[in-house]
Amino acid sequence: MSLLAALATQTATAGSVPVVVDTPSVDWWGLLPLILLAAPAMVLLHVSSLLRRVFRGFHALATVAIAGTAAGFAIVQWFRVQDVAGGRGPYTTVAGAFTVDGFSVFVTVVLCLAVIVSALVADGYLRREGLDGAETYALLLLSASGGVVMASANDLIVLFLGLEVLSIPVYVLAASHLRRSTSQEAGFKYFILGAFASAFFLYGIALTYGATGSTNLSVIRATLSADPFVDGGTLLLAGAAFLLVGFGFKVAAVPFHAWTPDVYQGAPSPVVAYMASGVKAAGFAGLVRVFSVALEGQVNDWRPIVVGLAVLTLLGGSVLAVVQTDVKRMLAYSSISHAGFLLVGVAAASAAGTAAVLFYLAAYAVIIGGTFAVVTAVGGPGERSTSLDAFRGLGRRHPVLALGFAVLLFAQTGVPLTSGFFAKFGVIKAAVDGEWYWLAAVAMVSAVIGAFVYLRIVVAMFMLDDAGATHGHDEDVAEEAPEPEPVALPGALVLALGAAVLLTLVVGVLPGLLTGLADDAVPTVLATLP
Amino acid sequence: MSDFLRSYLTVGIFLGVAVVLVSALLGLSSLLRPSKPTPQKSIVYESGVDPVGSGWAQSQIRYYIFALLFVVFDVEAVFIFPWATRLEAYGLFGLVEMGVFIFILFLSLVYAWRKGVLRWV
Repeated sequence: MSLLAALATQTATAGSVPVVVDTPSVDWWGLLPLILLAAPAMVLLHVSSLLRRVFRGFHALATVAIAGTAAGFAIVQWFRVQDVAGGRGPYTTVAGAFTVDGFSVFVTVVLCLAVIVSALVADGYLRREGLDGAETYALLLLSASGGVVMASANDLIVLFLGLEVLSIPVYVLAASHLRRSTSQEAGFKYFILGAFASAFFLYGIALTYGATGSTNLSVIRATLSADPFVDGGTLLLAGAAFLLVGFGFKVAAVPFHAWTPDVYQGAPSPVVAYMASGVKAAGFAGLVRVFSVALEGQVNDWRPIVVGLAVLTLLGGSVLAVVQTDVKRMLAYSSISHAGFLLVGVAAASAAGTAAVLFYLAAYAVIIGGTFAVVTAVGGPGERSTSLDAFRGLGRRHPVLALGFAVLLFAQTGVPLTSGFFAKFGVIKAAVDGEWYWLAAVAMVSAVIGAFVYLRIVVAMFMLDDAGATHGHDEDVAEEAPEPEPVALPGALVLALGAAVLLTLVVGVLPGLLTGLADDAVPTVLATLP
Repeated sequence: MSDFLRSYLTVGIFLGVAVVLVSALLGLSSLLRPSKPTPQKSIVYESGVDPVGSGWAQSQIRYYIFALLFVVFDVEAVFIFPWATRLEAYGLFGLVEMGVFIFILFLSLVYAWRKGVLRWV
């Protein structure tokens, strides 16, 4: 330190006073889950490139360990931020730009869960496709670290930084299957539209900054509570609209959903599992932070737009899913419809609504991880058989696999005794409590339409033969169906699927385990510390 | 309309003038000039040389990797120069932060080396 001070006095010439930039105080404990995701990801990449050989499954095992450790430290933080009586509670650090509260910790754990499931599924997949290496896993971890930044951000610029760190690895992951041109296409489409959305988002930040004079969410909230506008705040409305467009792309809300089916179909299934769970969770975390926290006072301005998006997304997602014949595309549209349900929770703009969104994100991350584990296994080498026909007679060939898949599909439908039921129940209840009865009705109608899609897959698995449809009306039965290849089931994939099914059922029977946590995780508004 | 938004009116007027001017000039010239298209005239203009091959030519993946490696050093410079001119202002914190930053970039170079990118094949 003294050496540096000497250096400073030497370099400061006469007449110019050396300006010392205030460096923010950093609470490294608060940043620990983030560091524990990002730093070991780089170590993993280099260990793998420096060592000649590693044992089979090393990368997946390391990834699960890294994400598990980060989640473990996040859980330690959970007890710290919930202990308000003990004088600790939530706080901000790095000059008020990074929040550590129940919300950020909850989303961090969900992201780690998404990474663990995807890594377990990816293990067998990458070896089957001849793509084994540390890159996929390192990118998954880095992307999750970006998601953690998004969930913890208390500043629009930090939020944007998190968004980019979240997205860029996923662009690469989407294109990571080197020998499938659809994967390249998926990566390219996702990149172009994602970059487009980022530009919208950045423009929204600029306008919001212009209107409020700060990028800090707490400051924005405080400024707006004083009602500073003389002209109704046109600039802020424009900024909020651009921000919503940016988030809309990330969470795949209609009409910003066009990339979703193509990308989900083309990208490797384990990556899609992460996209549908992790990226969506981080996107909604950012959305809640900006709209339900910073712009809470402006709720009457943005709620009609979010409600409109929710209706379009609910109906668009479920109706378009009905006409698909490829299971990956079906699930893509179903994930759009799930985004609609989540938007219903956001539109409620209440603590109950936010808690419902968090519950939904956690439950859905598990369900969709397991779902894409099955799609990965059934897809076979090169993911050639992801059409609905490939699932025909799966119940006869692999009864246990088909049963697990059926449970997860029922959970997505929202059948009682699965976590999916309480997820949908929570957001619809929040809408009803906010007296948005027609919105709740639309959500329920969309759930019924969605049920047709999931039941169609279940029917294909259990009630149709391999050879042809029993009630085929548009099928070309004359074509001889080839004997389907046996589905290979790697141990890690079975573990992921089993855990997903188990968690879905346990939370479905005992929802109190998760609802209590989600209620405690509603974001708090913190005064900014200078 | 607030003063702030009204000051953007200049941009709108400028945009309008630009559109009108360009469309007027192009429209006028298309009315006046003779139009005699030949196959020779409609090929891609390549500085007077006949174009060879299609527009979808493939280039060496090697150059792409060099471009990426260039970014490693380029980004480094973008951050290091401003920091170096104000070294004393940022103090020890800035020094450590820059060390971390350079270390991460160094890691990417190690990775590139291990993947054989630095070898000309």
